[in-house]
Amino acid sequence: MPAVSKGDGMRGLAVFISDIRNCKSKEAEIKRINKELANIRSKFKGDKALDGYSKKKYVCKLLFIFLLGHDIDFGHMEAVNLLSSNKYTEKQIGYLFISVLVNSNSELIRLINNAIKNDLSSRNPTFMCLALHCIANVGSREMAEAFAGEIPRILVAGDTMDSVKQSAALCLLRLYKASPDLVLMGEWTSRVVHLLNDQHMGVVTAAISLITCLSSKNPDEFKTCVSLAVSRLSRIVSSASTDLQDYTYYFVPAPWLSCKLLRLLQCYPPPEDGAVKGRLVECLETILNKAQEPPKSKKVQHSNAKNAILFEAISLIIHYDSEPNLLVRACNQLGQFLQHRETNLRYLALESMCTLASSEFSHEAVKTHIETVINALKTERDVSVRQRAADLLYAMCDRSNAKQIVAEMLSYLETADYSIREEMVLKVAILAEKYAVDYSWYVDTILNLIRIAGDYVSEEVWYRVIQIVINRDDVQGYAAKTVFEALQAPACHENMVKVGGYILGEFGNLIAGDPRSSPLVQFNLLHSKFHLCSVPTRALLLSAYIKFINLFPETKATIQEVLRSDSQIRNSDVELQQRAVEYLKLSSIASTDVLATVLEEMPPFPERESSILAKLKKKKGPGAVSVELEDGKERGELNGGGDRGGDAAIAASNASTPSPSADLLGLRSTAPVSGTTPSAGSLLVDVFSEAGPSATSAGVNDDGFLSSAPPTVASEDPAPPLPESDELLNKFVCKNNGVLFENQLLQIGIKSEYRQNLGRMYLFYGNKTSVQFVSFNTTVSCPGELQSHILQCICTHTHTLLNVQTKTVEPLVEGGAQVQQVINIECLTDFIDAPLLNIKFRYGGALQNISLKLPVTINKFFQPTEMAAADFFQRWKQLSQPQQEAQKIFKASHGMDTEVLKAKLLGLGTALLENVDPNPENYVCAGVIQTKAQQVGCLLRLEPNAQAQMYRLTLRSSKDTVSQRVCDLLAEQF
Amino acid sequence: SPGTVLETHCTRRQNISHIRFILIQNRAGKTRLAKWYMQFDDDEKQKLIEEVHAVVTVRDAKHTNFVEFRNFKIIYRRYAGLYFCICVDVTDNNLAYLEGIHNFVEVLNEYFHNVCELDLVFNFYKVYTVVDEMFLAGEIRETSQTKVLKQLLMLQSLE
Repeated sequence: MPAVSKGDGMRGLAVFISDIRNCKSKEAEIKRINKELANIRSKFKGDKALDGYSKKKYVCKLLFIFLLGHDIDFGHMEAVNLLSSNKYTEKQIGYLFISVLVNSNSELIRLINNAIKNDLSSRNPTFMCLALHCIANVGSREMAEAFAGEIPRILVAGDTMDSVKQSAALCLLRLYKASPDLVLMGEWTSRVVHLLNDQHMGVVTAAISLITCLSSKNPDEFKTCVSLAVSRLSRIVSSASTDLQDYTYYFVPAPWLSCKLLRLLQCYPPPEDGAVKGRLVECLETILNKAQEPPKSKKVQHSNAKNAILFEAISLIIHYDSEPNLLVRACNQLGQFLQHRETNLRYLALESMCTLASSEFSHEAVKTHIETVINALKTERDVSVRQRAADLLYAMCDRSNAKQIVAEMLSYLETADYSIREEMVLKVAILAEKYAVDYSWYVDTILNLIRIAGDYVSEEVWYRVIQIVINRDDVQGYAAKTVFEALQAPACHENMVKVGGYILGEFGNLIAGDPRSSPLVQFNLLHSKFHLCSVPTRALLLSAYIKFINLFPETKATIQEVLRSDSQIRNSDVELQQRAVEYLKLSSIASTDVLATVLEEMPPFPERESSILAKLKKKKGPGAVSVELEDGKERGELNGGGDRGGDAAIAASNASTPSPSADLLGLRSTAPVSGTTPSAGSLLVDVFSEAGPSATSAGVNDDGFLSSAPPTVASEDPAPPLPESDELLNKFVCKNNGVLFENQLLQIGIKSEYRQNLGRMYLFYGNKTSVQFVSFNTTVSCPGELQSHILQCICTHTHTLLNVQTKTVEPLVEGGAQVQQVINIECLTDFIDAPLLNIKFRYGGALQNISLKLPVTINKFFQPTEMAAADFFQRWKQLSQPQQEAQKIFKASHGMDTEVLKAKLLGLGTALLENVDPNPENYVCAGVIQTKAQQVGCLLRLEPNAQAQMYRLTLRSSKDTVSQRVCDLLAEQF
Repeated sequence: SPGTVLETHCTRRQNISHIRFILIQNRAGKTRLAKWYMQFDDDEKQKLIEEVHAVVTVRDAKHTNFVEFRNFKIIYRRYAGLYFCICVDVTDNNLAYLEGIHNFVEVLNEYFHNVCELDLVFNFYKVYTVVDEMFLAGEIRETSQTKVLKQLLMLQSLE
């Protein structure tokens, strides 16, 4: 076997690397590097032409210096020169330099592409692979433009070497992912599918990644891959452990290829063809059987490879969710792993079982493992394993075991890792609410939660317990009694004081009959906590006091005295002072009747989705678990499916620095992000905002004598969208750039680009005045839907992908200056309402508050689809159900110039199909709307009538809401 | 393509599942290989390198070989003083990538004849070639050690 000696071939390089390694300090290293850079620069500039070897050596040194973390600003040309060398080692260094230091310098890109072109046509497989690897590593748009046509040809050509095919397949995959519009499907596609039959397993291994990606985007065109994949899988699974020679890994035949095949099948529903399905079920059974056989080797590599296949097979079984027998077998197998000595297996079994718990067929089988899982929660050393155990308990929880699971989770909370406490708290709160049969149990659980992990109980949790107590009169007396008892503890958590203050203020009368909890005792108990609490809690307590005056007139004198004391009425905190003054006045001026009306018991809260559930969804990133793929399925009562943020429709993210892939890696969090945490003063509003504006607390602002009552935050609420915002939105349906808004102070320009279901928008805020704007703040949110979670929600965040610093737009915009903001957008499913952009700033002291609709419309996620007339009409006919069509007949409001019309239709994002409609006056277009959840094919026909100056516009798509929305949007354009 | 029942089965995970990056680091946090399959700017790369080092080095042999990392996960394995880390999508197959690492390490071991950290330092430009033979565009390209080594041997013989 070859042994490579240190730096063989390039002695100078080895010496240089040794020198660097011998440097005792950072300074010495920099000195040595600068010396080398000077040397290389002089060589490159020198009169003597360098030979290939020297050029290679110096370029390689530059690369090494770059990889050490130093900037390199020369040598690119020399690297490009190496590409045209006919020596492999020189070419390789050239390509490596290009791949690592991608440079968008257009001059060089042309030269690089030229060299690649030469190598691709060289018929030398080594050179072809180098060129393909370079394209795959760089994957730029320029490269896609130059080579997207050529690579499919290389891939399917009969005389292409196997290794070149492997590289070509993955190279094409990279280009398709980066620039899908440039990789056109064609006759090569069917030949690509047949690579699944290729003799060379390496070719299959590479090609299947390409096929999987293409299938997931165009399932129909690639559906023949299902039967091919099944037969290939079947051959591998049934082969003996030595049959596949090179592709057997520790006695396991082709483990990676098997996994990839099983994954490809997860792009599709179960095969319809009975024979294919039978064969596949047989494969899955064989894989499950093999898991029971004694291992052929004691090496961990053997069991890992075998289990990699097993877990992928289980994923497929869960994906199908239609074979009860296989689901239960999978569950039993995972059950064995729960007690395996390998931590990896225990972890993976817990994770996989979590998805099984949400299948109706296996939910019961999963539940039988409850004791083992509880044990794992208590004893696992690795916190991530305990986390999976907690997830699984949550997923397997139902009415029958809720009390046990909640109790276990509560007791685990006492020692739980800090990193997962908040999530555990949310889960306990959700389960307690969901499965509460008697609400006294619910109240006990939440109060326990506050006792055990008060710091981690977020506002949502204690708001929710109050909502529930207010809505259910059967539990109010119990709640009052319980909080009263809980408050007896010498040190109780502030959240307990909040809940106690609120509940006693509302329902203290229900326990006042007992002399041990008489009104004054209650008041003294609450007030004994007052001085240890933060401002928001004190504010809440003051509200409780005024409610006490109403409930129990006998406490009036005592409480008035408290309110009148200097520490209240002259409190340095404005909010507290205001409350003390107002409540004191209210209690002394208002008649008993007025007081009783103002402080009437809180009306029930409207039932809606639990705010806690929303919070948990927010916490969990997308795709935390994987079952939620088929949207048609009923999730029913199970928890596993509900705790992901996958239902959201659009995720937009604010980022202050552009980064091309932010949307892919970005953390998702729910909006709106304004950068300000609720101030103490807004607490009152926060508590009551759940009930809508009508419930504004003590209702103090009804009477003129308390005119300053509404908290200042109210005026800071985002203004309603400008009346012209719909018109502004319409301006951008067929274009991506332009001026969105302009008034005397501010101009907002937009540049945006979209790719598949992702988009990026650059907003430019220009200050037209000579005075600076202060407190400049922008937020993006989605109206209505965000709260109700019906179909869509806009998630904004200020993270760049992996750069988790939260940056917003600079709060100061100097006179005449322009600031830029980047918003990343991801379309999760189709939507109608555009996100709202709110801009607030102060100009000369006056608050400017402007809301606009951000011009993000569903058509932005179109991908044009070219098709022939026959295809078009066939598809048109397939979409013949009445709700799939939307039509509008309307008068032309602009001229009917052909070129303008064409430009608009192209601007819409669809492909304009020539020679399809028999009437040449008509226009037909086709496109696919790319959302994260699904793709929606869309066909369009526009029939102008020049005489009548009218249009008829018809849209057909597989989704009624999409047809209607696109039709509405487009009708405004002509 | 419009109007098909298959649309709803079009899962999202396959589209995004691929390797985001491969890192080889030593215990002190020095990078011995960084291969990126997504566009990152230099600062982001540096930040990622540091974060990966921080999450991986605190773990011991009793822990799993998987760590959640942002919205992704790191599959890693330690060989002597070197950590081999692959960042993939959360839904990706943990064990397949774990053995993918081992397969890669066995190839390096054969190729460099008992590979050690210094081999990776002095022959960094060759390590990239090995990586490209086995992983391309964030996907597994070739898994047969025999085939990969044969190809590397052939390339080694070229001038």
